[in-house]
Amino acid sequence: MSRLSADRLTLAYERRTVAEELTVAVPDRSFTVIIGPNACGKSTLLRALSRTLKPRSGTVLLDGRDIHSLPARDVARTLGLLPQSPIAPDGITVAELVARGRYPHQSLLRQWSPADERVVAASMAATGVADLADTYVDELSGGQRQRVWIAMALAQETPLLLLDEPTTYLDIAHQLDVLDLCARLHADQGRTLVAVLHDLNHAARYATHLIAMRDGRVVAEGAPGEVVTADLIEAVFGLECRVIDDPESGTPLVVPAARRRAGVAENRH
Amino acid sequence: MTVLRTSGGSSLRYRPRALAVGTACALVALAVGVLAIGSGDYPMGPADVLRTLAGAGSPADAFIVGEVRLPRVVTALVAGAALALSGAIFQSLVRNPLGSPDVLGLTQGAATGALTAIVVAGGGALAVAAGAATGSLVTGAAIYALARRGGLHGYRLILIGIGAAAILTGVNGYLLTRANITDATRAMLWLAGSLDGRGWGDVAPLLAAMAVTVPVVLLGCGRGLRTLELGDDAAHALGVRVERLRLVLLAAAVLLSAFAATACGPVAFVALTAPQLARRLTRSPGPNLLPSLAMGAALLVAADLAGQRLAPGHQLPVGVMTGLLGGVYLGWLLATQRRRGRI
Repeated sequence: MSRLSADRLTLAYERRTVAEELTVAVPDRSFTVIIGPNACGKSTLLRALSRTLKPRSGTVLLDGRDIHSLPARDVARTLGLLPQSPIAPDGITVAELVARGRYPHQSLLRQWSPADERVVAASMAATGVADLADTYVDELSGGQRQRVWIAMALAQETPLLLLDEPTTYLDIAHQLDVLDLCARLHADQGRTLVAVLHDLNHAARYATHLIAMRDGRVVAEGAPGEVVTADLIEAVFGLECRVIDDPESGTPLVVPAARRRAGVAENRH
Repeated sequence: MTVLRTSGGSSLRYRPRALAVGTACALVALAVGVLAIGSGDYPMGPADVLRTLAGAGSPADAFIVGEVRLPRVVTALVAGAALALSGAIFQSLVRNPLGSPDVLGLTQGAATGALTAIVVAGGGALAVAAGAATGSLVTGAAIYALARRGGLHGYRLILIGIGAAAILTGVNGYLLTRANITDATRAMLWLAGSLDGRGWGDVAPLLAAMAVTVPVVLLGCGRGLRTLELGDDAAHALGVRVERLRLVLLAAAVLLSAFAATACGPVAFVALTAPQLARRLTRSPGPNLLPSLAMGAALLVAADLAGQRLAPGHQLPVGVMTGLLGGVYLGWLLATQRRRGRI
């Protein structure tokens, strides 16, 4: 079963067509990771799935209905998106930013319910930023800031959550922190997560379902153990590599082939 | 943040500091308004003014207040509020403190309309007001049509606005050179932005525009605008209908600045400074719509009073004073708050 799926999408910006006839389904309760080379359309797909980008043709289905026919507020209570570069307003504190995630649950006459209070506190606790509640967002480090944004997306309380490159600009330890957090949200809270990631080994280690894209098409999808092979990596990224077992997690580990450095050295002489 | 809850499940959330700043600005605006009504060739004490406003003054006082001075003060209060609200909306929409009708060419468009009415059509006050409103609205529509493809925010809108402002300034200069000396004097007076001799008829269109736009903006769009500050994608994901909201807010901001121009001419700087001042005083993130509105009213009425009083025997147009007062005050705030490094 799949609450969120895309049926024969044509995705295009003004002059550039990114994908045609793109069909994809997000398995319920999965931690789905989309991988692919730059400009393969993975972020565009995420934007279409979150109805930020309207497809030229085809439909995105949320619970069996065209997502663009559903009221914006209802969608926002079911499906959350953490975009690639959200903007923190000047002078906003962590608690206030996380509270902005409650927007679809509020109205003019219902601006701050006890549930809002509870969920914001729980979201900050789950992401480990509760101690920072009264800190200004612009004083935070990159890793802290990313956790705050995830907390905001959590406060939206959606069973489905899309994350566009949540680990970009973070160092390796903070990347793993964020991914551990996502894995925990997936396992403990039963949310369906869809993330775009660049690091193949992270994708293979954390995803329960992997979607590999190239040139706007899905090349392969399935469990990382089945999908990640040397042939697939060659086909998707044009990269020669070996795939071995990750000694820590047992998941596939992509090791790029050594390139002929001798040739480079010769050219230098 | 303070929360008020009713037993019925309704709740209101506000910042005490923002509420205090907004209330203080409103009180200052009203107090200065009372002083302004009392000042002039026929001075009245604040007590007399209040008594007359309550309907218990002498017939002479009632005439001076009701027909001469009150319309001017009300025009100042309402036009200041409209300009400031317009500026607060623009600044929030384009996420840039440069977003204001002065920079985006709307003020220049109003001037083009008014000058056309004066120089080409030789029209009266009503024609000038209609020209100003039309010029501003047409400019707003043109800027929207040009900027919408790029997503309508940030530098693109500002650059297109600056371009429009430059073109219109040229057109305005040309219109002035074509005017005869009487029309040119009248045009220059209008261009300086003045509240001299304003009657109830001058402020009525602005009041009508405010009655429509203010509830739409404050009640209908305030929360959405606050959410839009997180970026289009994030706002979209949170359920804001981004394009529709932006169109409504843009239309409201253009209407407010257009009708403010019909009432007092192209008063400079209120739309640019009032939201910045309000923001620095409230120390709150977000568009700060209500505090900005109150700040704008206070700023314009104070500028008008200062313009009448500062140079004895020679009245300065309010447009000159708003630039001086607002600029100096903003400079002071920026200088004293710079070290805190935020907002």
